[in-house]
Amino acid sequence: MHSVVCIKQVPDSAQIRVHPVTNTIMRQGVPAIINPYDLFALEEALRLKDRFGGTVTVITMGPPQAEVALRKCLSFGADHAILVSDRAFAGADTLATSFALSAAISKVREEQPVDLIFTGKQTIDGDTAQVGPGIAKRLDYQLLTYVSKIVDIDFGKKEITVERRAEGGVQLLKTAVPCLITMLEGTNEMRFGDMADMFRAARYPLKVWDRVAAGIEDVAKIGLKGSPTVVGKVFAPKPRSQRAEMIEVHDNDPQDLVVTLLAKVFTRHPKIEAEIIKRAS
Amino acid sequence: MSDSNDAPRKPARKKVELDPRFLSYKHVWVYIEAERGEVHPVSWELLGEGRKLADQLGVDLVGVVLGPPEARTRAICEEAFHFGADRCYLVQHDALRDYRNEPYTKCLTELVDTYQPEILMLGATTLGRDLAGSVATTLATGLVADCTELVIEAESRCLASTRPTFGGSLLCTIMTQRHRPQMATVRPRVMAMPDADASRTGEIIEHAFSIVETSIITKILQFIPDDTRDKPNLPFADIIVAGGRGLKKPENFQLVWDLAKVLGAEVGASRPVVQAGWAELDRQVGQSGKTVRPKLYIAAGISGAVQHRVGMDGADVIIAINNDSNAPIFDFAHYGIVGNAMQILPALTEAFRKHLAQARKAG
Repeated sequence: MHSVVCIKQVPDSAQIRVHPVTNTIMRQGVPAIINPYDLFALEEALRLKDRFGGTVTVITMGPPQAEVALRKCLSFGADHAILVSDRAFAGADTLATSFALSAAISKVREEQPVDLIFTGKQTIDGDTAQVGPGIAKRLDYQLLTYVSKIVDIDFGKKEITVERRAEGGVQLLKTAVPCLITMLEGTNEMRFGDMADMFRAARYPLKVWDRVAAGIEDVAKIGLKGSPTVVGKVFAPKPRSQRAEMIEVHDNDPQDLVVTLLAKVFTRHPKIEAEIIKRAS
Repeated sequence: MSDSNDAPRKPARKKVELDPRFLSYKHVWVYIEAERGEVHPVSWELLGEGRKLADQLGVDLVGVVLGPPEARTRAICEEAFHFGADRCYLVQHDALRDYRNEPYTKCLTELVDTYQPEILMLGATTLGRDLAGSVATTLATGLVADCTELVIEAESRCLASTRPTFGGSLLCTIMTQRHRPQMATVRPRVMAMPDADASRTGEIIEHAFSIVETSIITKILQFIPDDTRDKPNLPFADIIVAGGRGLKKPENFQLVWDLAKVLGAEVGASRPVVQAGWAELDRQVGQSGKTVRPKLYIAAGISGAVQHRVGMDGADVIIAINNDSNAPIFDFAHYGIVGNAMQILPALTEAFRKHLAQARKAG
């Protein structure tokens, strides 16, 4: 069995700060991490390899620095890693990104058939959840988003059964392999790599594919040109016209302060008081 | 590279002539999400927003209803008229009984190709995101996820979609100028629920969609509904007490629960708290969690990073407790208390309890 896992190196958004005066992103010193949702995807692929044997190939599209993220995946136990990297990819939106990744996966497929493609449910920087569906559509694979559990795989029949998070419940689905799965968070816990894999990861001759190596002829489908969405302005959210009305703590007595607060809130917003009384009674 | 649709790139060009190919693309569409006969409220919220866009463009607002051949499916169209739709495209087919990507993508794509909307909006739910991504790729058009504001740019008639970016720390405005339709998803509770007008009616246009069940590869074996009794339903809660990292220890998070219990409120949490395991994922409020619109939001020990703010900004009244008087939350809360949440939360709980006891006596 051959699984391809698509990952993305992202800035650790928890550590991004906005400059208080210029309202621009302060990226300096912000560590780059593997998109946390992608690790659930990688771990799931590795678990299937543990059970059924086979190969796990990790792919990312990104700048040369993304090599670090790929080597990390190798150290967890992935077999192969491909960095799809070319200046021509710059400025890609989700449509252009899914095109480039699907082209690269097609290239991988020429050497070894791909049974499953895994991605995280979304990235923490873009948060769009659009690249996974995009890749599935372009490769004409069945799409299974928000998968919480792989229940069964029948290699003879080329069938897979999964649980998928839907609105208001869980769908138990059966579909054909090959298919693309986007993994839900919290579905498994990433393993620690063993020593042998860590050494292998450090020495692994990483494949770096530019546009041509990824088999992309039509430059109109990648990068800025291949992106139907155009980003206009980027800005910080407007501050509310008024700062919060501050309730003073008198002599450090919270009880007193709370009484003041309640009096104000309930006088000005009688609906809230009514709502609370309704609930409590 | 490899950025999603929100990285700062070349600024949008100021003046864009609409491609003549797009002149035939008219009307604003809202995909009405219904599963097992239940309409997701985000669809009505989107009709409210779509009404404004359609009026501004001088076109019709259209609801798209896909479902099994049952009376209920048709009745959803009538409801859509009450919430502002002028017209509904209705497709009834057994293959559309439960959501599956393949038949739904084929059906919605076919409708778009046939009737050519200028704008197509979907809810950013698990269903909406799955469907929108597939449809946009098939149509090779632009799709903007999780929009918080949608406006028509007067000059170009283009849809300007604003969404949070960089984990919610900034906002950006995105346009799809050279492709149609312009697609956007919006999360539940981001837009206000419009008032229903039961006297409004509209035109139902049935579309015959042909697909053979045996040609659909994915089969639904079972649907296991959530046991909703214990599930927090933050997006629709009227009162929320939320706790953040300022509570210092997991034991202190109990103070949030205590206050919530007295108020009959739901409990919310900031991302660090969820990541630390003090609260479940379902309780996370913010960019990577839930968007809420309560009447009252009490934030204890939450600094108010934009990532959290985008999820709770729509609350009618926000009370913030934080020991740092410079915490960003005081810039958008309505009432602020600078102090130790560990002392103030119990005081609030006690004061509410007393107040309620009095009200009960008086009532």
